[in-house]
Amino acid sequence: MTTTLPAYDEVVARYEPVIGLETHVELGTNTKMWCGCPTDFGGEPNTRVCPVCLGLPGSLPVANKAAIEAIIRIGLALNCSIAQWCRFARKNYFYPDMPKNFQISQYDEPICVDGYLDVEVGGETVRIEIERVHLEEDTGKTLHVGGATGRIHGATESLVDYNRAGIPLVEIVTKPVVGTGALAPEVAKAYVTELRDVIRTLGVSDVRMEEGSLRCDVNTSLNLPGQEWGTRTETKNVNSLRSVERAVRSEMLRQASVLDAGGRITQETRHFHEDTGDTTPGRSKETATDYRYFPEPDLVPVAPDPAWVAELKAALPELPRVHRRRLQQQWGLSDLDMQSVLNAGAVELIEATVAAGTTPAAARKWWLGELSRRANESGVELADIGATPAQVAELQGLVDAGKLNDKMARTVLEGVVDGEGSPTEIMTSRGLEVVSDTGALTAAVDEAIAANPGIADKIRSGKVAAVGALVGAVMKTTRGQADAKTLRELILERLGVQG
Amino acid sequence: MAAISREEVAHLARLSRLAVTEEELDTFAGQLDVILQAVAQVGEVAAADIPPTSHSVPLTNIFREDVVTPCLTPQEALSGAPDAEDQRFRVPRILTEDVAS
Repeated sequence: MTTTLPAYDEVVARYEPVIGLETHVELGTNTKMWCGCPTDFGGEPNTRVCPVCLGLPGSLPVANKAAIEAIIRIGLALNCSIAQWCRFARKNYFYPDMPKNFQISQYDEPICVDGYLDVEVGGETVRIEIERVHLEEDTGKTLHVGGATGRIHGATESLVDYNRAGIPLVEIVTKPVVGTGALAPEVAKAYVTELRDVIRTLGVSDVRMEEGSLRCDVNTSLNLPGQEWGTRTETKNVNSLRSVERAVRSEMLRQASVLDAGGRITQETRHFHEDTGDTTPGRSKETATDYRYFPEPDLVPVAPDPAWVAELKAALPELPRVHRRRLQQQWGLSDLDMQSVLNAGAVELIEATVAAGTTPAAARKWWLGELSRRANESGVELADIGATPAQVAELQGLVDAGKLNDKMARTVLEGVVDGEGSPTEIMTSRGLEVVSDTGALTAAVDEAIAANPGIADKIRSGKVAAVGALVGAVMKTTRGQADAKTLRELILERLGVQG
Repeated sequence: MAAISREEVAHLARLSRLAVTEEELDTFAGQLDVILQAVAQVGEVAAADIPPTSHSVPLTNIFREDVVTPCLTPQEALSGAPDAEDQRFRVPRILTEDVAS
């Protein structure tokens, strides 16, 4: 589509978006879903495989109890009903990422159904309804060779590594989310963020989008107000929280431009591109894929004991939303201030900085100020900015001890972000310590007074405000390495004037 | 009426990547029809109070503990592969079907 895209404001004034999210979470169990092969990320190709996950004849899968427990806990945290009896199903398809020619999944009997997750966007709570949460196995990794770019188009062969095949994978599907209007992209991002935080709190996955342990597909459609929902597209390859928001937004703009021109939306899979922020079509789904699901004959049904489920429910940890409420009270923040902390992805960072010995106000100042600015400039998540809560706490400690003034602290923080070392190391290596040696400072003050007799007289005669000029002069000779407040007091003292 | 049509057999053959000739389609459609009609007789004796079953043994909740067991070596894993490269299974590229999940 080479036509100019309409403005976002115009799009949301004319159309209503409907979004839906399918999220896959790789569980952090020790072993795979059906066999005892380890699940660690990476590893030499085909070193974590056995007859079961290679689908060799005669091998039989046995469900991993820890994975069943993990998905029930996820379902409970998402306010789902837990099925009293359910089965796994074979999803048949012809692609070499599974050696068996099928994937064991769940079809019409998911283990968790009908839940919800409340997320906060723009100070409002939006309830995202959860359709289902089911358990399946991850696929192997294919590498396409023979082509110029390593992409499947033009490739002549695929090389397959089955280390990932069989790792337990939880799929969480929302019901269609309607009525969010212009906020749809933000709601999508807020949902995936909240889901990630919930799952991390449960400790069942490391939920890292960049390593693929959290993956998200985004369904988007547009319709005219009061009319039926439009045809939806499914956007894949959305690999960061920022991209979730960008993908929905870019797809809304693209669809609006097609509809405005009188065109039809094709139901298709589209691929998101991190670099350009737009989507390109994959293969269209004109022929519905026929997966020929049937109950998995090699596995017995799962019938969770209600007493076990009740026990798991009682033992759920404090969930992020509740936790945030508590932090908000402890930090004394308004709803609006807390929302900006949340939007910046800074809740855990501030919490950890406070835990490292800093006041909530100081921690919030650094994370929402300098560090958020740098993160925005570089287009990365705040958590990936390169400064740790411990370093921020150390920096504030140096400020509190009077060793760094505010301006110097910002310079040191730049160094931390750029990977130059710890705040103390950078302070030393850049020679950035506040001049607190009163002898040296006094000499500089006396020099400034002697060089500016007119200003000194003014101050002596009561115009204390003029002291700023002398502070500036001393700052210049000490290259900004003096504490302004100390300096002011010292100048007045040397002139025999009461501050 | 036949329990399975010639078109359905052709569709299944395509999904299974089986090259089936026109004559074979006729033969298999007839044979599969006989099998399906025989199996359908079970449906006639199953009363409404008999739930469909996918297992011959009424078992539930067979789990294993989350404990690592030894893997195959890559050499063992690849020993039955038609072809291998860089310690990976080497297969012709597949473009025509959708990928799971």
